[in-house]
Amino acid sequence: MLNRNDILETIKMIEEEHLDIRTVTMGISLLSCAGSDADEVCEKVYQKITKAAKDLVPVAEEISVRYGIPIINKRISVTPASLVMRSDKPEDYVKLAKALDRAALDTGVNFIGGFSALVHKGMTKSEEAMISSIPEALAVTERVCSSVNVGTTKAGINMDAVAMMGRIVKETAERTKDRDGFGCAKLVVFCNSVEDNPFMAGAYHGVGEAEYIINVGVSGPGVVKCALEKVKGEDFEVVAETIKKTAFKITRMGQLVAREASKRLGVPFGIVDLSLAPTPAVGDSVAHILEEMGLEQCGTHGTTAALALLNDAVKKGGIMASSFVGGLSGAFIPVSEDAGMIDAARAGTLSLDKLEAMTCVCSVGLDMICIPGDTTAETVAAIIADEAAIGMINQKTTAVRVIPAPGKKVGDTVEFGGLLGTGPVMAVNNKKSTDFIARGGRIPAPVHSFKN
Amino acid sequence: MRAVITVVGKDRTGIIAKVSTYLAEKEINILDISQTIMQDLFTMMMLVDTKDSGVQAKELSDALKALGEEMGLSINMQHEELFSSMHRV
Repeated sequence: MLNRNDILETIKMIEEEHLDIRTVTMGISLLSCAGSDADEVCEKVYQKITKAAKDLVPVAEEISVRYGIPIINKRISVTPASLVMRSDKPEDYVKLAKALDRAALDTGVNFIGGFSALVHKGMTKSEEAMISSIPEALAVTERVCSSVNVGTTKAGINMDAVAMMGRIVKETAERTKDRDGFGCAKLVVFCNSVEDNPFMAGAYHGVGEAEYIINVGVSGPGVVKCALEKVKGEDFEVVAETIKKTAFKITRMGQLVAREASKRLGVPFGIVDLSLAPTPAVGDSVAHILEEMGLEQCGTHGTTAALALLNDAVKKGGIMASSFVGGLSGAFIPVSEDAGMIDAARAGTLSLDKLEAMTCVCSVGLDMICIPGDTTAETVAAIIADEAAIGMINQKTTAVRVIPAPGKKVGDTVEFGGLLGTGPVMAVNNKKSTDFIARGGRIPAPVHSFKN
Repeated sequence: MRAVITVVGKDRTGIIAKVSTYLAEKEINILDISQTIMQDLFTMMMLVDTKDSGVQAKELSDALKALGEEMGLSINMQHEELFSSMHRV
């Protein structure tokens, strides 16, 4: 029979340490629906998604019962909207967003990602129209998530797109001001975005992907924290080994669920994304893992080193456990979704500058950070530019998901509720970056040698 | 399917009797069973085969949870694959 301790360990992870499958995300290519007649495209898109994903939610629920593991979210990612519809009218893209929202509602998923554009080198007329439609699209839909890629290591940074995204983020906040700028929680600006990420708000189904695919995102900050509690005071070799072993087990569970979902749905298995994704629940915090390593509070000196070790050890454990690891795999640091980060930001221990440093070694970027409502579009753009530069130079994915909460100032709190949590409004630098952003053009791609 | 049923909680008389009576009623065959007291807690594990049982996994899992609550215990049922894939390379 199976080892008794192994069985009990698994049950403890699920019941007490918040181990779960964070998302089963079905990728659907919409290239076959492409066209320039808005109504026709919307109808084809709705039909294709609702047909392909009709069993996604029931199958995920069956698997959840079979293994006794909670599967928190069922989601869909689709081909970037700017490639699906060719139009120079933003209102056509709003129609498309509504069709996506309807398809999400009718298939029972909680988010659909792919209201996206890839503009890291330049922007077509369709992409410009699609990006212009984002504030309206996110205000009139519930489940649609949007992302824009503004830079890559190979192409450099499109600073015109960065400037535009500064304005779009501000406008999105303004259009959803009755909900403290909630629209911005569904909008990510990327550098080096990935095609198979199952996590929102940045998921989309890349053009290099198959017709349909199943990607699974696993989580488990609580499990890692509990594992580290057992090795208090030990050196970093032990810490790294402990995280690796824990990550291995968690990823194996993801692989099992992904394979089973793929088999039952008749859709190929894509990747397992092992990302330590925190939730506001107590005992499910990435910040608390860093604190368990010996920091008084997340954000103090040593935080970047602790996060670097965590992120790398998670990848090492995960890669061995799954035949295909992909997505963003590593540690997320969304401030409003992490009880420890919220406390650290409130106490002033965690600043935007420290978070920026942390994004050099974590799996994504500045995530779910509330900033004052009077922050200018140029400052938002400059924050995006800094993050994109870190991604471009370090050949990693970076992202910005900030919420300039209308009418809020430093020290105020924004309540999003649910998994999106509570955001303390954090200070931004008050010196202007206006002339820098006004230059426009492109930052050239970096040299790939001379790495010191 | 072959599933592992775990029963954890405060010890009392008749736990095994209750759980196994329920399983017998539902035509679920017990392949292996072990029981011990760990850190003052009654811990029982069973490997069962549900292939002759007409009951759906969801119904079974809910019924076992309810039975557990009735006795102040935590009862879980999970497919055996979960444990072998997590703990074996």
